[in-house]
Amino acid sequence: MIEDILAASVRIGTPLLFAALGGLLSERAGVFAVGLEGMMLAGAFAGVIATWLTSSLGLGLVASAAGGMALALVVVIATQRYGADQMVTGLAVNILALGLTSFLLRGFGARGEAPVLRVPTLAPWPIPWLADLPVLGAVLFRQPPLTYAGIVLALGVAVWLARTRAGLTLRAAGENPYAVFAGGTDPVRVRALAIVACGAIAGLGGAVLSLQQVGTFTDGMTNGRGYIALAAIIVGRWRPMAALAACVVFGAADALQLRVQGFRLPVSSYVIQMTPYLVALAVLAGVGRSARLPAAIGVPLLRERK
Amino acid sequence: MLEMRGIEKSFGAVRANRGIDVSIPAGRIVGLLGENGSGKTTLMNVLFGMVRADAGTITFDGRPLVHHTPHDAIAAGIGMIHQHFMLVPAMTVAENVMLGWEDAGAWLRHDAVAQRIAETSTAYGLDLDPHAVVGALSLGAQQRVEIVKALLRGARLLVLDEPTSNLSPPEVARLLPVLRKLRAEGRSVVFISHKLQEVLDLCDEVIVLRDGAVAGACPVAGATRETLATMMVGRELPPPLARVETTPGREVLIVSDLRALDDAGVERLHGVSFSVRAGEVFALAGVDGNGQAELADVIGGLREAMHGSISIDGDDVTHATVTRRLRAGLAHVPADRATTGLVSAMTIAENLALRESDAPPFRRGPWLDLAATRALADERIAAYGVRAEGGDALVATLSGGNQQKVILARELGRRPALLLAAQPTRGLDPGATRFVIDQVLALRAEGAAVLYISTELEEVMAVADRIGVMFGGRLVGVVSRDDADLTTLGLMMAGAA
Repeated sequence: MIEDILAASVRIGTPLLFAALGGLLSERAGVFAVGLEGMMLAGAFAGVIATWLTSSLGLGLVASAAGGMALALVVVIATQRYGADQMVTGLAVNILALGLTSFLLRGFGARGEAPVLRVPTLAPWPIPWLADLPVLGAVLFRQPPLTYAGIVLALGVAVWLARTRAGLTLRAAGENPYAVFAGGTDPVRVRALAIVACGAIAGLGGAVLSLQQVGTFTDGMTNGRGYIALAAIIVGRWRPMAALAACVVFGAADALQLRVQGFRLPVSSYVIQMTPYLVALAVLAGVGRSARLPAAIGVPLLRERK
Repeated sequence: MLEMRGIEKSFGAVRANRGIDVSIPAGRIVGLLGENGSGKTTLMNVLFGMVRADAGTITFDGRPLVHHTPHDAIAAGIGMIHQHFMLVPAMTVAENVMLGWEDAGAWLRHDAVAQRIAETSTAYGLDLDPHAVVGALSLGAQQRVEIVKALLRGARLLVLDEPTSNLSPPEVARLLPVLRKLRAEGRSVVFISHKLQEVLDLCDEVIVLRDGAVAGACPVAGATRETLATMMVGRELPPPLARVETTPGREVLIVSDLRALDDAGVERLHGVSFSVRAGEVFALAGVDGNGQAELADVIGGLREAMHGSISIDGDDVTHATVTRRLRAGLAHVPADRATTGLVSAMTIAENLALRESDAPPFRRGPWLDLAATRALADERIAAYGVRAEGGDALVATLSGGNQQKVILARELGRRPALLLAAQPTRGLDPGATRFVIDQVLALRAEGAAVLYISTELEEVMAVADRIGVMFGGRLVGVVSRDDADLTTLGLMMAGAA
């Protein structure tokens, strides 16, 4: 039972983890990642469509990264080229993704109805020997491939941010972009690249939902996970491994509410479904005071007009 | 070493640089002198590739620099230390040095870089810990971080933009030998300043800019303050201040045993008592960070007093709101003019109306009287000589001197009984400084009491009737101006008297 719930927490936390890692890159570079929800949704959609058309899950994953990146490019152009407000752009992109994916999905059905495009899902890859460990085996080593990829990615992002010059430059762009400029690097370029990377990774987060968990695309299937990922970034104080832990906590809240729904409690199931969001709110209220944002986040930066 | 020929740069209708020729020889410290807005910073930003010149050529070490970026300038051997440091406060000294530096490695060689910082720091007497977080360092130490950054990148020409304007006198005294050592090694230094005495003390040659063009260049040997000042402002400076004799009247401001904490909760004011009479200027001298900022905040009503009392014209305002203090007759010119003194994103007229927007002439019934506000703005702009297109100009578009004039117009226009002026001339050029001092003295002649806080001793001597010195959160001495000499004041400021 505990084993089940823990394993489910990790599984359910995986799409959050991808989105949180992508958003973390964007925010450490100084750009609010409000568009995570839309990038995930675009990734989930593009992944399903590509897999359905080519019958290749590999191409599906590439397409989901590309789908997230496409939406990220909109953010890059609006915020970095034209200096649009990051919050408003992010929200606009989320609404755009919701409408556009629903519309395009109907293009694949007859008479404008939404079709159900069934695609195969990524099966669990038990890791030999490790999968047989008691408890840990079930929780960590009998997971599907993207879950492993997410954990490796979290480690990679943590090391990259802390130990490479590129990571240092990205962090500086979020703290004082003028210092980056004076150091000989164009901070606008740094931010643009960070947003695009954010889109690709969040797009893969969408693929975790559609290609690893569900096997199809439905309208608005991310259902607020992008926003929960934003909360995970803040709870994790913009550090990858701490964000990973936060994602597992939010995953656990979701796993629990799914179980609790089965107990036939005298409470509406809609109330129970609210719990992950209530957990997010409660945790944010708790850590909100001590969280320190990257100093220059949200500060627009325009190249000198020449 | 460096030749800049015919540099032209315009921002919109403003010609910031109009055909400037400059040459900097190797192994020299060259002062670049000029009033605010004379084009010094623009010229150096062109050199460093931060902005692109409209016309002109730059040759450094015999090689031309064309359409270069800061990256190219650094690679060529130019180091620039901006007035507002280009550092990341949340990162360590070592991380700041590694930022954008190829030699730090794609995978950061943190320990090796820390080692080199420590070596350079020792060699030049910079006293830097590579692992300290920059935000926790004093401004002087942050400047030394910038110097280390430039040196490790192999800078042979170092440009320092107003390097002393944010430093306390001991920190300045520490910076100058470092620059002399760089010169002794054959490097060149461009020292941008509008402080005549520093340029005379430190530099070998001086180039004076005025209105975006070179007004003169000469070796420092033989130059005097008068000749340089004349080149800078293009006219003879007026003779020393004439003061109206006043007889000090009633005690307007009485401060007794005031204690207060700073933002971090540390007690910075340990029981300060004094009074200021009508018709006198009481100046508080002292090195920055000895409690003056907290004292000004407490009197202005921006910071709670922990202990003690403040009264203005017999009215106890120790715990009063800012509005009540204003009614009691207080006018406040805060040290931080851009953020505490003004709302940069609003117009001059709106800023002028800020303090009194709930009273006529600004208010008519429940509405703002825009016509009256605009009329008053035009009148004040003319009276105080604010250089702006009109009352509708945004304050953010004004130079520092003109912003200060807007604050003075608002605060002095009310005919206050008490003026609290904190560092009112910081960052202003000599012309604007003179204007501020004249306004303060005019107010004194009308019988107002003035509390004038400044770190510039010369200015304190020029404006004050009595001088108090702050050290370590205490008032360590009060002397009348006629009995004051610079040596005694300097010793008191250093806590040695």
